[in-house]
Amino acid sequence: MTVFLQTLVSGLLIGGIYALIGMGMTLIMGVMGIINLAHGQLMMVAMYITYAAYTFFHLDPYLALFVAMPGLFLLGCAIQKYLLNPLMDVETIIPQNQVLMTVGIAIVLTEIARFIFSSTYLSVRTGYSTKVFFLGGVSFNWPMTIAFLLAVALTVALFWFLLKTDLGRSIRAVAQDKEAAILMGVNSRRITIITYGLGAGLVAAAGCLLIPIFYLFPDIGRPFTTKAFVITILGGMGSTVGAIFGGLTLGIAESLGATYIGMSYKEMVGLIIFLTVLIFLPGGLKRLTKV
Amino acid sequence: MKRNQIINAVLALVFLLFPLAVTSDYYRHLAILALMWVVIGGSWNLLAGYTGQISFGHAIFFGTGAYAAGILADKLGLSAWWGLALGGPAAVLMGLVIGFICFRLRGPYFALATIAAGEICRLIAVNWESMTNGMVGILLIQSFRSKVPYYYLALALAGASLLVFSLVMKSKWGFYFVSIREDQDAAESLGINASLYKNLSLAISAFFTGTAGAFYMNYMAFIDPEVVFSLPYISIMAILVAIIGGVATIWGPAVGAFIMVGIQETFRSAIFGLAPKWVSQSHALVFGLIVIFVILYLANGVVGDWPKIKRLLVRSPKTGDATWLSLKRGKSERPSEG
Repeated sequence: MTVFLQTLVSGLLIGGIYALIGMGMTLIMGVMGIINLAHGQLMMVAMYITYAAYTFFHLDPYLALFVAMPGLFLLGCAIQKYLLNPLMDVETIIPQNQVLMTVGIAIVLTEIARFIFSSTYLSVRTGYSTKVFFLGGVSFNWPMTIAFLLAVALTVALFWFLLKTDLGRSIRAVAQDKEAAILMGVNSRRITIITYGLGAGLVAAAGCLLIPIFYLFPDIGRPFTTKAFVITILGGMGSTVGAIFGGLTLGIAESLGATYIGMSYKEMVGLIIFLTVLIFLPGGLKRLTKV
Repeated sequence: MKRNQIINAVLALVFLLFPLAVTSDYYRHLAILALMWVVIGGSWNLLAGYTGQISFGHAIFFGTGAYAAGILADKLGLSAWWGLALGGPAAVLMGLVIGFICFRLRGPYFALATIAAGEICRLIAVNWESMTNGMVGILLIQSFRSKVPYYYLALALAGASLLVFSLVMKSKWGFYFVSIREDQDAAESLGINASLYKNLSLAISAFFTGTAGAFYMNYMAFIDPEVVFSLPYISIMAILVAIIGGVATIWGPAVGAFIMVGIQETFRSAIFGLAPKWVSQSHALVFGLIVIFVILYLANGVVGDWPKIKRLLVRSPKTGDATWLSLKRGKSERPSEG
């Protein structure tokens, strides 16, 4: 029973961070209708920024949030403005070339990171990296718990932004009906740029939160890109609430899979969920809740 | 028509005589790889370019074919050449499974599902060690030391694939494929069984990709999951080959294969050893930059964007103005603009 509870708790904690990653992806999906296959790689860039800040300026990873998030926001805006938006004007037979572009961006980001930092495994070992506390026989890893709480805080902030501010409302309007939003005077290009930046910023936060726990190497982005789109499908395309539940579900499922099936199948669990959802519940968790 | 036939005959002759004229194993190797990509790029083009089902997972079929050949040789003790006959059918079976799952979805969702399916296949190949040797991979001994037999085999494969693709596209099936790409609902309302024809297109595509995979196993004599199920270097490369050449043209992917292999090798060898060494170390970076460049500026490929390229090339150097010829062509080709 303790093992089960422990599995559940660690799944839930990592699930909170997954939700953060998934929400960025789902925002981009909702507004632009494309899946961002460079999502994990953007996180990787944020992790390297955090690493560099820690090594050269001894900046705590959690404080590096304030460097990495704006940095990635700007990077995301630039990517959308100079690489993705121009594609809207290109007439081609293949409609998916924005997706393909994100793959290209992903490769370039990974290789630039490899060029600068080489393929060596790096890690940021803070004083609290391995600290744990116990609650009813179940151990909680400190950095994971802090990460979970910060992820929750960021989620609340994002919802406040989307529901209460003018810009947030514009983003939701474009996601719901682009043409109508343009007719209401929303500058949809500007919104796509901000949305991509926002998605990049959110995933950057996830990167900062993960760095005390994970090793860092250039290829770390790829599994997270996969996870992000599993979450997006699981939660229902473009549904931010869905992404939260998708993230938590994936975290718990992976954790259960790792405990009861085998560590090497951990990644496969997510993908099998992905295909199962596509077959039996197209539309994702969103369909169940009607939110 | 007659001019085309002459061009085809000359091309065929050039390719048949190539290994006699070029004795360097290095260039023969590049030609073999390019011919293999002709097959894969063309297969992708049939499914995506003509039928409109953008697959991001052609590595599934390539890997299945390669592993079919590899497992036959490694586990059953048969010659890996049987794989050349069985790799295609194995990939078709895989294609039916993939089609069953992924064809429920349309457009970007289909593309996503194929990515996921490709990742699952890669993870299965990594984890099912008793069958695939996992990350250790499968190592065989090449049947021939010389590259010439492989060259002609690849040439035959490429020729056969081009022939089949052009025949299919001239037949009734081809028109059904294109109608599904243009508007699936309209096609269905006219009585076309969209699901059947999408699966047919996928089956042909998977067959040739799988055969190419089996050929790869025989030729390179080593595979591991990261090589044959690679998302960037197989699935994305297949897309690039088709895009750089020209999507939805028969010859586009064939031209694209030679361009892509050429560009990649140029950078891998650091511009033939002229550039400093870091250029060759960054060939993966160059691959990514090529993806971005091609989509931004050559989205319809060399064959599709030929008029655009021509306009750039015949621009008069002094004034920078386009010449009369290119202006006239530009106008006549884009009547809807403005």
